[in-house]
Amino acid sequence: MKQTEFLNIVLPFKDKLFRMAKRLLVSTEEAEDATQEILIKLWDKKNKMETYNNVEAFAMTMTKNFCLDRLKSKQAGNLKLVHSNYTDSSTSLQSELEAKDSISWVERIMDELPEQQKMVLQLRDVEQYEYEEIEKLLDMKPTAIRVALSRARKTVREKLMEKHNYGIV
Amino acid sequence: MELYKIEKLIVKYFEATTTVAEEETLREYFSKESIAPHLEQHAPLFNYFTKAKEERFTKQVPLKPRINYLKWVSVAAIAVFMFGLYFYQPTPAPVTLADEYTQEEIESAQEAFALLAMNFNKGTEQLYHLEKFEKTTNKFLTKK
Repeated sequence: MKQTEFLNIVLPFKDKLFRMAKRLLVSTEEAEDATQEILIKLWDKKNKMETYNNVEAFAMTMTKNFCLDRLKSKQAGNLKLVHSNYTDSSTSLQSELEAKDSISWVERIMDELPEQQKMVLQLRDVEQYEYEEIEKLLDMKPTAIRVALSRARKTVREKLMEKHNYGIV
Repeated sequence: MELYKIEKLIVKYFEATTTVAEEETLREYFSKESIAPHLEQHAPLFNYFTKAKEERFTKQVPLKPRINYLKWVSVAAIAVFMFGLYFYQPTPAPVTLADEYTQEEIESAQEAFALLAMNFNKGTEQLYHLEKFEKTTNKFLTKK
């Protein structure tokens, strides 16, 4: 398999892998490293790639496992101290700033969710995967996914409301 | 889209019973300027998802075809081995006596060996008496 061929396969979903990695690892640098690692692993396995019926799902599962391992490992201790990329470049318009602020709140709230809820929310609401795909990727039962998703969405909503109210008061 | 439908969808959304298409409708609704005031609180949520999806992986990945060194090392090893085998010269065959010594030398040596053998045989003949001696001593021993 040539490099261009490989890139054509990988290109459509490499951003998804990165976003998933970032959701779990929070830090952009860590997520970039993780994505790179996954892509290199895929490249090494390129000869077997034809046998996978869904390369994207395979890569996604790899990313998930890799990131969870990362979090479990000792490095995770350092990871939490890493500056997370909350700062947005300043904008002159006050309203725009406020809008952006509340959007970045969602990100912060999502960072606080348990890993499983994070992943479900990421796959469903950001990447718009179907439930069947999420089942396979996360190896979860359909009901468990719905429960986790509902809980995650409600938590984000509640926390968002709290922050809103706090902002007003 | 009518407001009540959106409201319904939001309720369904938080129960996680919406389809992907319905969620898309919600995202679309909240991306617009005119959001009903009582729904505005949900806007950041949906707008965040839209924004989050725009994030790109920009890092270049070095994809070098990894050369299988081990394979080539074994090939090289075999080549060297074959080369050695091909040019290997066995130590020269042991030379015969005729090559190293002259006929005279050999003859004199044979003569010397013959002499030695003769004398050696003489010596062994004498051992016969020793046998007799042993017999007699045995007689003594058994008698006792």
